[in-house]
Order: sequence, then structure tokens, then C-alpha cells
Amino acid sequence: MSPVHRRAWLTGALTSAAGLALGGCDRLTSDPRVNSALEAGEIITRQAQRGLVGRTALAREYPASAISADFRANGTTNPDNEVYQQHLAQGFEDWRLEIGGLVDRPLSLSLAELRGAPSRTQITRHDCVEGWSSIGKWRGALLGPLLDRAGLKPEARFIAFFCADTLELTFDGSGDYYETIDVMDAYHPQTLLAYEMNDRPLPVAHGAPVRLRLERQLGYKMAKYVMRVEAIRSFADLGRGQGGYWEDRGYQWYAGI
Amino acid sequence: MGRRRVKKIDRPLPDGRVAIYRHPLLVRLSHAVNALCLLALLLSGLQILNAHPALYWGEASRFDRPFAAITQTTDAAGDLHGRLQVGGMEFDTTGLLGASRDTSGAMQPAAFPGWLTLPAQHDLGAGRQWHFFMAWLLVANGAIYGLPGLVGGRFRRVLLPRIAELRGIGRAIGDHMRLRFAHGEDARAYNVLQKLAYVAVIFGLLPLMVMTGLAMSPAMDARLPFLSEVLGGRQTARSLHFLTALSLVAFFVLHMVMVLAAGPLNELRSILTGWFVIGRKDRR
Ligand code: HEM
Ligand code: HEM
Repeated sequence: MSPVHRRAWLTGALTSAAGLALGGCDRLTSDPRVNSALEAGEIITRQAQRGLVGRTALAREYPASAISADFRANGTTNPDNEVYQQHLAQGFEDWRLEIGGLVDRPLSLSLAELRGAPSRTQITRHDCVEGWSSIGKWRGALLGPLLDRAGLKPEARFIAFFCADTLELTFDGSGDYYETIDVMDAYHPQTLLAYEMNDRPLPVAHGAPVRLRLERQLGYKMAKYVMRVEAIRSFADLGRGQGGYWEDRGYQWYAGI
Repeated sequence: MGRRRVKKIDRPLPDGRVAIYRHPLLVRLSHAVNALCLLALLLSGLQILNAHPALYWGEASRFDRPFAAITQTTDAAGDLHGRLQVGGMEFDTTGLLGASRDTSGAMQPAAFPGWLTLPAQHDLGAGRQWHFFMAWLLVANGAIYGLPGLVGGRFRRVLLPRIAELRGIGRAIGDHMRLRFAHGEDARAYNVLQKLAYVAVIFGLLPLMVMTGLAMSPAMDARLPFLSEVLGGRQTARSLHFLTALSLVAFFVLHMVMVLAAGPLNELRSILTGWFVIGRKDRR
């Protein structure tokens, strides 16, 4: 290449790079091929974390002095539907947690029965997908033993949580909050259906009467206002098929980072 | 050995100057991929930061005490104003941070404007998708660039400052401030300030980005709790992640000033094709 050609080539390369950066961004971010590459990245991220972190590594726990005085509540802070409001007015007296789906013996537990189940208390850090963290003390029924009691069928791969809150009003009900986790996480020794926060009954803003605690993932996985737990084979036919309310709106199903 | 190899492929030009082969292909390629990754990581990072534009020290957030935050207020006339608060100081940043005009010209509340985020519209899920994808690419690229550098001795030969150079650092700083650059044979190698800056980026800032990034992951935190413990807690890790990203931006600005000052065409040719032209006059 002569120096003149080289110079022309350089100028060309630089202008096209700048053009790509300025004009191409929108086209790039909406290109389906780009998005499937990004999804491949998401799978690598999930599997790397699964491989590195393992089944039972515990999330860090903290002393009582670390508990946040200003634990933030995101999403729904008071479900405005009649069924929930009635339960709330009656102190969840008639409320029942249904555990069903791919189990041998479906359960229907009152709050008192849930409180009688094998439990755990833990002071952990809650990391929101937005970036903030708060530390709180949780007490709740261990999910694993509850699933054992119901007799989880071997073909069950995921546990779905259906909630009392609707974040987005839609005709097809796809705005109702739900979440799914896999069986491995359901049996993690810190996975709870929590009914107490900081030594008090779980406040409404944080998901009364029961919310999920899944300490090694981000906050949006930890469904509040849980009404029904279901063991399932696949989440393809729930909501819009991505495994949760926020997953249906573009969030990662595995929220380990 | 390196010197001999470099000499062998020197090309005398008709005008008496000499073209030297300065950057091997692997370095050029990984340098370009790295720049692309960092741009995408910065812009998708700002998209993520838009979701909660406040930074804290410690393990958890003290919402009433961010050390830095971007907010917006609406005045009596109903107009939006953006504010940046850092420590005890406050700045009106309307138009850039906190409140900025969208493509239709309307003032919108957003910590960082759309032209600084990836994707441009508010979309935390997509921003995170891009961020983690590019993080993998950055790490893979770093390994491809770094392993031969470490094993093959290029880092030691090309990047590590020599004792004598470090002794002469005062003069080097003086020369740099006056934008006086080496010519002839002296221009074959990076100067001492250049070496120090590159070493700081390659062995300091970039590894710190990865480390603070991983420290924020609740899953990784269960396996590697010391990461966020040595950093001083998850929110400190998050703040350091941002401050380190800012340091990379500062390096980049300086990097570009130096490329411009030292002769942009020659510099760009060298980092794209490998060939760098040095003058004849001062050739010893
Ligand atoms: C392997 C490398 C990296 C990993 C694992 C990583 C991870 C993360 C994570 C988890 C967040 C979310 C923090 C939050 O929830 O607020 C984040 C945010 C961010 N990242 Fe990265 N990141 C990496 C590299 C980079 C690089 C190289 C840059 C810039 C050049 C960057 C710039 C940012 C910015 C500006 C934010 C938002 C502000 C903040 O939270 O600090 N990241 N990153
Ligand atoms: C598009 C923007 C960029 C341009 C045009 C550019 C240009 C250059 C040039 C011309 C050199 C060789 C300098 C010389 O031969 O004396 C160089 C080397 C280098 N640049 Fe950049 N650079 C860019 C972006 C970046 C970024 C974003 C970073 C990292 C934050 C970076 C880090 C480095 C490093 C570490 C080296 C030394 C590499 C080695 O020899 O192993 N550059 N760059």
C-alpha cells in the first residue's frame, strides 16, 4: 500500500466507525441476531455462576447491628385487589398457602401451620436489580422440607410462585406477579417462605403474609404476597413464557448478578 | 532478541525516514476489541446506574446518605431541573444529568441522557444483558492479549519501566507537559510515563473493574465473600466500580490528547497497521 492509499483507507475506516457508533446504535440494539447473541451470553453467565458457586454455598449472614433501618420496598407495596384486602383486614385468618402441581400430596397451609413448619432465621443482604442493598432479618419456613412433605414428583424441575399482586393491568392477566426458581435453588438451605421480618410479622410493603427469600439472587426473584406454590416441569406456558413477571419484560431468569 | 527482530523488519522510506513495525497483530486486534468493549460497558453501565443513580459506602445503602446522587426537581413553573450532589456540594446539571431533552426536544427525567446509555431508551434488562455480554468479551480478550504478554516476555520488554527510566521521570514529566516527544531511535519504545499509564490500566484499573463487578454479584458473594469484604462491602464495591470506570474515562481522554499531540496519523497508523514512522534526522 502506498502512503496515500493507506491514508485514504484510514480515513475511511475512521469515518465508518464513527458512523456506525452514532447511527447504528438503535438498529444494533433491536436486531434479533444481536439479541440472540446476548441471550447466549446470558446462558454462559448462568452456567458459569452455577458451576462456580455450587449447590449449597451460603449467602453471607450479618450481625444484628448491621440491620438496615431504612429497608426499601419496591414493586407493589399494597396489592389493591379485593381478595387480598379482605385477607389483610382479617389478619390472614382464612388465608391458605396452596402447595400443588407435580406433588403427591397437595398441601393447604394456614399461617399458623406454616409457622409450625421447620424454620430458619437469617440476617442477609437484599440486593435490588436497581443497584441498592438493604440488610434485614428474616424468619420463615424452609421451602425444601415443605416440598418433601408434599412429595415432589421426580419430573418437577421448577417451583412457581403465584402472587396476590398485579403490577400491570392487562386483559390476559399477564401483569400478575409470578416467579419461578429451579428445584436446586428451592432446596438451598437459606431458601425460605418468610413470614417475619426484623422480628415482626412481615409488613404489607414487604409482602405480607409470606414472601420468598432466595438469598443468592436479586430482589425481583423474591416474590412477595405468595398465594400458591406449584411444582412444574416447564414455565413456557406461564405468563409470557420467560419464567417471571420481570423476566417477561426482559430481565434475566437467573439473577445471580 | 526483540530488538534484533524489530530491526530486521525496519523499512527505509524514500524520503529518508524509517517505518518500524511497532505493534504486533495480536496487540492491535485486542486493543481494538478492548476499546469497543469498554465503550459498550460504559454506556450499558450508565443505563444500569440510571435505575438508581445514587452511590453509597459500606455494605448496605443508607438512603438518606448517598455520597453522590443525581436527582431532579420540578420548579413552581412546572419545569424540570437536574441536580448532581457529590459530598456536600450541589450542582445544577439541567440538560445533561438529572433532566435532559429527548429526541423530540422535551425535557425528560433521567440521570444520564439517552445518548450516553445503551440502549438509548430506558431498559434496565437490556442494559444488563449488554453489560454482562461485553464483560465476558472483555475478560476473554484480556486473556488473549495478556497471556502471550506475560509468557512471551513482551510485557517485561515493552511495558515495564526500567530503573534508569524511573530515575529520569522528572524530566519526562517536564517534556510531556511541553508536549515534546521523542524522535528517531528514542521513539522506538514507549516513554516512561506512557509505560506507567499502560501498566496502571492493564494491571490496575481493568482488573479492579472485574473484581468490583464480581463483588456485586449475590451469587458470587456466596462463593467468594472476601471479594466484597476486602473492598469494604457491596455498596463500596459498586461505588468503586463507578469511580474506576471514571478513571478509565480520564485515562482515555489523556490517551487521546497524547495521540493528537504526538502526531495522530502516525499514531493511528501504528495501532491499526502496526507501522510507525520515525524521523531520520536524530537517528544515531
Ligand atoms: C468483568 C467486568 C465487569 C463486571 C462483572 C461488571 C459488573 C457490573 C454490575 C454487576 C453492575 C451493576 C451494579 C448495580 O447494580 O448498580 C455494573 C454496573 C456498572 N458498570 Fe460494570 N462490570 C464490569 C466491567 C465494567 C467496565 C469495564 C466498565 C466501564 C468501562 C463498567 C462500567 C459500569 C458502570 C458505569 C456501571 C453503573 C454504575 C455502578 O453500578 O457502578 N463495568 N457492572
Ligand atoms: C478509539 C480509541 C483509541 C485509540 C485511537 C487509541 C490509540 C492508541 C495508540 C496509537 C497506541 C500506541 C501508542 C504508541 O505506539 O505510542 C495505543 C496503545 C495503547 N492503548 Fe489505546 N487507543 C484507544 C483506546 C484505548 C482505550 C479505551 C484504552 C483502555 C482504557 C487503551 C489502552 C491502551 C494501552 C494499554 C496501550 C498499550 C498497549 C500495548 O502496547 O500493549 N486505548 N492506543
